[in-house]
Amino acid sequence: MMSSDNQLAVIWVYLSTTPLIGLTLTLVVYSLTYQLYIRSQSSPLLNPVLVSITVIICVLLITDTSYQTYFDGAQYIHFLLGPSTVALAVPLYEQLPKLKRLWLPVLISIVGGVFIGVISAVLIARGLGVSLEIQLSIAPKSVTAPVAMGISEQIGGLPSLTAAFVVITGIIGALLGVHILKLAGIKDDAVKGIAMGVSSHGIGTARAFQMSQEMGAFSGLAMALTALTTAIALPWLIQWLF
Amino acid sequence: MNFLNGLTLLLVYQLVGEVLSRLLQIPVPGPVLGMLLLFLSLFFFKKTKSAVDESSSAILSHLSLLFIPAGVGLMTHFSRLEQVWLPISIALIFGAIISFVATAWLMQLTIWLLNKKVAKGGNDE
Repeated sequence: MMSSDNQLAVIWVYLSTTPLIGLTLTLVVYSLTYQLYIRSQSSPLLNPVLVSITVIICVLLITDTSYQTYFDGAQYIHFLLGPSTVALAVPLYEQLPKLKRLWLPVLISIVGGVFIGVISAVLIARGLGVSLEIQLSIAPKSVTAPVAMGISEQIGGLPSLTAAFVVITGIIGALLGVHILKLAGIKDDAVKGIAMGVSSHGIGTARAFQMSQEMGAFSGLAMALTALTTAIALPWLIQWLF
Repeated sequence: MNFLNGLTLLLVYQLVGEVLSRLLQIPVPGPVLGMLLLFLSLFFFKKTKSAVDESSSAILSHLSLLFIPAGVGLMTHFSRLEQVWLPISIALIFGAIISFVATAWLMQLTIWLLNKKVAKGGNDE
């Protein structure tokens, strides 16, 4: 007869080969942290993305589980990023009257914001003595992850490191964005949404939707156009910067 | 059924986007092209709205959840970032602040200039 410890080990070995653990862990941790966030009256320090990522990383490190094993299950959630990007067209369409009025300021600020964002981050990193490879990996940090990784590879950065910078940038935007915009004296939700989408892509857009539908819709638009602008302009901008 | 049909439609738009992006070699990812195509459909065919309404609001209501699997990937970079985390954090935080303020002020300025032009144009007539 097997000891109960041994039996648990057998069950664990079986479970760690199925996608069930990664998937369930992500959903359980997210629903708990989301409730905590709501109960704290949306305290930015308890941002559900940040807390969930921290908790899950701790669980994986403690149980000595590799990221690959976790991602085998979590990929089903990750996959939904695609259709959710497509779905952003719906709230945007609902803002059509305002978009028709604002299309020129939207375009100018997105293109300008992308250039200023890339140049400032790269120059600060260079000033602080960060290696060339990491500077190149930082450059596409404000773009949604799959596109940023493609751009990073193209310009000579490290795609998986870029993905990490993309997530950190998104969390910074979700935590600080609303406060920065308030300090900057911005009142229009369309302007706030555009700044969110340009600076912190999808994670910022998720935060913007918590503020208002209008802010979320404009953030989603900015995220899409930022991906487009950066993909076209960055290879050229990098030649000029380096 | 409406939810399932809507989700199917979102996936079809993404698929068409992926195919177009590769076929025409546009440096834009499939889902972003899919979003632009869905936007055009909503614009030209009013019926599209009711087909995707339910599924899109469901999938967007917990958008933050979808970023967690990629975010956990941070753990694979801990050893590389150990020595350089401080300068990188400074670059990312100040880069974000500059990006937020520059984008928002640029848009506010453009709106103000356009309104001024419209008001001036009105006075001339």
